[in-house]
Parts: sequence; C-alpha cells; structure tokens
Amino acid sequence: MINIGSESGGGKDGDIGMVTLTLEKAVNWARKGSLWPLTFGLACCAIEMIAAVSSRYDMDRYGAGVFRASPRQSDLMIVAGTVCRRMAPVIRKVYDQMPEPKYVIAMGSCATSGNIYNSYAVVQGVDRFVPVDIYVPGCPPTPEALFDGILRLQEKIMQERVFVQREAYGAIKS
Amino acid sequence: MPPVAETIKAKFPEAFVRATEFRGDLAVELKREGLLDVARYLHDDLEMDYDYIVHVSSVDWLGEPVRFEVVWEVYSVIHRHRIRIKTRVPESDPVVESLTSLWKGAEFMEREVYDMMGIRFAHHPDLRRILMPDEYTEGYPLRKDFPLVGKGWRDTFDFMEKGSPADAPTPPASPGGAGTRPSSALDPGR
Repeated sequence: MINIGSESGGGKDGDIGMVTLTLEKAVNWARKGSLWPLTFGLACCAIEMIAAVSSRYDMDRYGAGVFRASPRQSDLMIVAGTVCRRMAPVIRKVYDQMPEPKYVIAMGSCATSGNIYNSYAVVQGVDRFVPVDIYVPGCPPTPEALFDGILRLQEKIMQERVFVQREAYGAIKS
Repeated sequence: MPPVAETIKAKFPEAFVRATEFRGDLAVELKREGLLDVARYLHDDLEMDYDYIVHVSSVDWLGEPVRFEVVWEVYSVIHRHRIRIKTRVPESDPVVESLTSLWKGAEFMEREVYDMMGIRFAHHPDLRRILMPDEYTEGYPLRKDFPLVGKGWRDTFDFMEKGSPADAPTPPASPGGAGTRPSSALDPGR
C-alpha cells in the first residue's frame, strides 16, 4: 500500500532515509489509521461492539479503539442496533455534528434493514436518513465481523480522492 | 374459590363479576363502577395489604361486545400473595378509574396503556403519551385493528430537507411482511 522504505534498504526504524508516496495516500493512510468511532449503541449489537473494543479483541489494533462520547471528535459512527423512528432525528443530529470526513457503519441486520422488526416504530434501515458506507450483517455480528467492516472501510478510505469536493448528502432543515 | 375471592364477593357483591384461578394465580374480574372501592379495600385492609403494584396492562378482545380489558397485578410484600384485577371497558367509552391514588407506581404503566391501547384513566395525575411522541397522530398501536407497519410515520423523516434521498416514496407495504424489500433510497456515492 504505502511505500515507506529507505534508499539503502536498511529497513530499521531509525534508518529511513526517504519516503515516497503521494500526498493523497499519506492523508488517506493517516485517516484510516485513526478512525475515532462514536458510540451509538442502541441494542444488543452494542454488546458485541463493546466486546470488540475490549482486551480480547482490542479494536485499537486498527486505530479505531478511541471511542468518543462526543460527535465533534468522531470520524466514524457505528450505528449498532435497532433504530426506532423516535431515535431517527437524534441520529441525524449527531451525524450532522460530526466533522468531515465522516463515515457510517450500519452494524447488524437491524441498522441495515430493520431485521425482523417490520413494525410501526422501527425504521427499515438507518440508510433512510444517513449515508452508510459499510453494512455489517449479523444478528448480532461477532467482533470479527465488525473488524471486517472496519478493515473494508479502511480499504475504502484508501481509495478516496482527498482533494475533490464531495457532494453533501441530504442536509437537514435549518 | 380462594378465600380472598370469597371475601371480595361477600363484601362487594355488586362489583364482583367472577374469579378465576390458573396454576395458582388468582384473577378477579370486577365491574368498572366498583373498581376503585374494591382496590382501596385490597390496598388498605390489613388482611389483604396489597402494597406493591407489579404491572398494569391491557387486552384487546376485538370482536367481543365489551372490547377492552385493563389488568392490574398487585402483590403483598408482607403476606406474599398476589392478585390480578381485571376490568372490561367498551370501545365507545374506554374510560376506567385510575388506581394511581392507591399505588403511585401505576402512573407510568397506566400512561403506557393509554399510549398503546387508547384507554383513558380518570383522575390520573398526568395522562400523556409515554412511548410514542406527543404529536403522534396515527392512533393506538397495540390495538388489534391497527396495521402492523403503522400508517406511514416510521417512513416519514420530516427532519430532513425536501428532495433529499430520504424523501423517496415509501414502497407499498406487502401483506404478511414478506416480499421484496425496497432498495436503499440512498446512493452515498462514495
């Protein structure tokens, strides 16, 4: 991916004479390695998300372990659980408060599609009102499945064009 | 008939309808006019002393002449016995006396019954919706004639700007819940 190496080929940490890469790759590499997630645990998926950050699985290995309690310090919103209609404006407001660039993972069947809850109160997928980058299937997904989602999001981030304006998605009423 | 039910029947013959016992659980059905008097007796009398409210719920007997049923379950911490109080209310006048004056803990549970089934509680201190938003207008979701998927509220995102992808028309609800799922209304385009 990123070509970090020295001319002499020494390879030791203190021995890097030169780094060759595009600025775009450098920015993307930094972004993918410091995904600070926002906790949005809504149901049982949150328990698996907690397990994913805890010592056995340790999501910090991918740079995505610094869970923030504030959207203003977050890069990634993991919507983990059943999204009720009454929670929808809250999720949207929190999403709007996140600084760009921002990403969304819909964790589990409920956040993806509503799962079995085809009821009057459950939103049939969080992608109805926020843009979702990665859908993680499962009920609930295992920590490994969430990791797969994060690794795929990191692959996606590496493909991004940093210096191209993106269209804003679905702004809310002011 | 268990002795508690016998006592209620003897003391309040005009309010008593029937008592049933199922696997050791006693249920007493009362006329709604006499409900509060019987409940007060059950709460205050030292032999009864039902001091703890376990749950308030409701049943929709759709198709029966008197459609709704409200159920209170109370327990005595001292005597370790429990009883289920039932009252029927008709659809045309779904009002029943609140028991919050006796058991304060019934307040939120009666609000939930009001929110979900549309049964009103007279002399309730704060009868508002509790689970659904105050401005919810589709009716009472747990009634048996309420459509399972609601009437469109769950797919209406009025906090979004007009013309945003979330504004895409809601696909018709398929009966039985099965069938094709709508494709995502959004193309994040990333």
